[in-house]
Amino acid sequence: MAEPAPVVEMRGISIEFPGVKALDEVGFRLFPGEVHALMGENGAGKSTLIKALTGVYPIDSGTILVEGEQRRFHGTADAQSAGISTVYQEVNLVTNLTIGENVMLGHEVRGPFGVNWRATHRAATEALARLHLDHLDTHRPLSTLSIAVQQLVAISRAMAIDAKVLILDEPTSSLDAAEVDRLFTVMRQLRDEGVAILFVSHFLDQVFEISDRLTVLRNGQFICERRKEELSRQELIAQMIGKDLETLSSLGGNRRAGETEGEREEPLLTAVGVGRRGAIEPTDLEIRPGEIVGFAGLLGSGRTELARLLYGADKADSGTITLRGRKTTLKNPADGLKRRIAFSTENRRDEGVVGDLTVRENLILAVQAGRGWARPVPKRERDEIVSTRMSELNVRPADPDRLIKNLSGGNQQKVLLGRWLATDPDLLILDEPTRGIDVGAKAEIQEAVAELAAQGVAVVFISSELEEVVRLSDRIVVLKDHRKIGEIVNGPEVTAQMIVDLIAAHGADTHHPSPPPPAQPAGNQPLSARSTSAPADPAVSETTEEQS
Amino acid sequence: MSAPSPAAPAPSPVVVWLRDLIRKPFFWGIVAIVALLLLNVVKDPAYLAITVNPANGNLVGNLIDIMRSSAPVLMIAVGMSLVIATGGIDLSVGSVMAVAGAVSMEFLKYAGDSASIGVAFSALGLALLVSAAVGAFNGFLVAYVGLQPFISTLVMMLAGRGLAKVITSGQNTAASNEPFRWIANGYVLGLPVVFLLALVLVIAAGLVVRRSALGLMIEAIGINPRASRMAGIQPKGLLLTVYILSGLLAGVAGIFSVATVMTVDVTRTGSQMELDAILAVVIGGTSLAGGKFSVGGAAIGALLIATLDKTVLFLGVSSSATPAFKAIVIVVLCLLQSQRVRSWFTSRRASGGPGGGAGTRSAGDPPPSGGGGDGGADPGAHTVSSGDGAAASSPGGAGLASDVEAKEVAA
Repeated sequence: MAEPAPVVEMRGISIEFPGVKALDEVGFRLFPGEVHALMGENGAGKSTLIKALTGVYPIDSGTILVEGEQRRFHGTADAQSAGISTVYQEVNLVTNLTIGENVMLGHEVRGPFGVNWRATHRAATEALARLHLDHLDTHRPLSTLSIAVQQLVAISRAMAIDAKVLILDEPTSSLDAAEVDRLFTVMRQLRDEGVAILFVSHFLDQVFEISDRLTVLRNGQFICERRKEELSRQELIAQMIGKDLETLSSLGGNRRAGETEGEREEPLLTAVGVGRRGAIEPTDLEIRPGEIVGFAGLLGSGRTELARLLYGADKADSGTITLRGRKTTLKNPADGLKRRIAFSTENRRDEGVVGDLTVRENLILAVQAGRGWARPVPKRERDEIVSTRMSELNVRPADPDRLIKNLSGGNQQKVLLGRWLATDPDLLILDEPTRGIDVGAKAEIQEAVAELAAQGVAVVFISSELEEVVRLSDRIVVLKDHRKIGEIVNGPEVTAQMIVDLIAAHGADTHHPSPPPPAQPAGNQPLSARSTSAPADPAVSETTEEQS
Repeated sequence: MSAPSPAAPAPSPVVVWLRDLIRKPFFWGIVAIVALLLLNVVKDPAYLAITVNPANGNLVGNLIDIMRSSAPVLMIAVGMSLVIATGGIDLSVGSVMAVAGAVSMEFLKYAGDSASIGVAFSALGLALLVSAAVGAFNGFLVAYVGLQPFISTLVMMLAGRGLAKVITSGQNTAASNEPFRWIANGYVLGLPVVFLLALVLVIAAGLVVRRSALGLMIEAIGINPRASRMAGIQPKGLLLTVYILSGLLAGVAGIFSVATVMTVDVTRTGSQMELDAILAVVIGGTSLAGGKFSVGGAAIGALLIATLDKTVLFLGVSSSATPAFKAIVIVVLCLLQSQRVRSWFTSRRASGGPGGGAGTRSAGDPPPSGGGGDGGADPGAHTVSSGDGAAASSPGGAGLASDVEAKEVAA
């Protein structure tokens, strides 16, 4: 059909870093009024391509045409003035400024006496209203919002700058289903207004739901560009990883179907009435060696909060934790570490990596912390940790002396996993270990988890992808509204849909006694309250069912 | 394109070592020291001459003077580099110097016995104890109370000087004790004891920090305190340790500076030394935002400041112009260290070649280890190459600073 002229066209783009060809003669087109998904594994060059388009990286060769005119971007400001606006994977906002200031930063409404703050906040509210966030008080500091809402604010910010092109790099990785739905509504609305949207996501279902066109990159090279209808899910994955997906299908839900052999073993950890005010209500829990316990629930359901108490990242203010038959208190992460508990956080950037340290140093950090500063890990042991973990988890690039901040998100995650494995934990808590990670790395991590459990390590596995939880777990703890609402022993008959139903049904039951729990800070409440009521459920089932 | 590339055959170890040295942030500090010395030589060709005093075999000369006067700032710069690496700052070091001086002078004065080594040691011990206590108080405020380091140590900076005045009842106490005086004025192997002591302490600090995991942990909490906590590092004890170390080293600096004249001047001993120490740390390539630090670099910075002070005197710069002169040298140095200024220079050089854009490329092409020189031209690469520079260390390991650095990798 007669296609309109592309609003952005990139031809023969190459970018080279020392030792790596990040992009090799890549072409890319973006049409107005279309959602275009950029697909590829970690390190395929997606982020680099986006950074070339937004002026972060200068291109070594090739041309960028915006509305038919050749442009050369010398910085992000150039790209912005050309109408290209970006929301990056990790939220890039100033947390101690107010919401309104964040939305309007650099675009404040100016009057004769400098910035007109009232008008600025009004404009911010308008921008937020496009995402139905107008209930937020723009005068409150951004830090009072949950990460998910911050993400939405970041998108509002990008759209406050009347953009012709909106780039969303992993916008959904920290959103729950209802929020994703809302985001998609806004994306469709913008698309219909003629905005060209470049969308990057690792959630295939979301990609197929929202996008009109897909471009696949692999190892810095252009593989194909297709309309969505022309590409099946299987084909897409095959294009992305460059081979058939035996690795993926072999993982399919045969995880010790319904076996209960571990039941008779003494529990490794028993929690009785463990809770923390405003985070998670008193909860009972048992975890046995060699068992994978999944925590399922929507974002903000208390799954992370509960996990944090089991490690000592936060201190429980009620209940007792018994570990290997002995009562313990976990006051801080060091306590957890000492008792051979490891916790891999969902907040990789702020609580995970130490960016300016090398991969090597990041890998040994927890082991070293356990020994104290006066007893350095001997060099031989360090080398062994580094070489085994890096090869076992296939960290790329395989250079331990690189600063970790220069690695892709997926590889940072692998290094963090390696850091915790190096401590030889009895209980490994993984909070969203596969978020923002490509299919290949995801499979690698899932495999590693299953293997660990087979070796007798108890694993707590938290993921927004219910499919993944169902596939891996022996037992699934379901949480909602900061409470444990049930526990399912996994078996062949258990599906993600059952969990969704459980969450939905529970919401209907307890509708009157406890709508939003009152102890919560008001800032992020409207969202989680909304997400647990009716509209959430169809969305969840949509994302989970289509996969199989 | 046809530019002959001398680096094509495998570069000799010396070349590699030199290249690593040049990439070190404190390289320009060394250059500045040499430049200042040369400036002095221009004024007086005999400036660098070192003679032997026939009476006692001690070395005499301007360089020896610089060594002697560098000792106090060396001490506090080392302590400051650790504190700054944690993301903090210690403004109280100058006042701690005065306190340590006051305590030791008062003690010596009342102990009498001007020849007793025991008395000298007691004075030393007492002064260090009080300094460590002040440091511990700083550390307590920062780590356990959670005050901002700037505020806590600012309070200590004011209170410390007050404390020194209370100790001496506002007098500039003088005392006499030969062994104590020997610390600052004695010679061993022809070199001033005070410099040798400072050198030993710098090396010891460098070894402790890099041979143990203290350096790694300090850097970790300086870079990302939350992630460090989640990794099981307990920052409170570390912070306390670091502030105590800073206090102790400031105490040593105070002893060094009062022992020279055996008098404590409660208003001027250690006055504004905290600023010299901060400057030394910055010159040494440690970011004030915390994180990666270098004890060796701080030592180079301290030596530069001592050289600068002596040069100003030697050149006869009028005392009113002294601060401006110092400022100019330091600003130039900081500019030379700035990543942005450097990449500006390199990109100009690269685009000056005949091949335009392609010229940049070919310069960046040689194997990863060699690419760093011109890699700074594009922003993607320059974070990487600067990282390599910090992590890689010189195999040669000559010289004080690089020696300490080399230990880090060897350990």
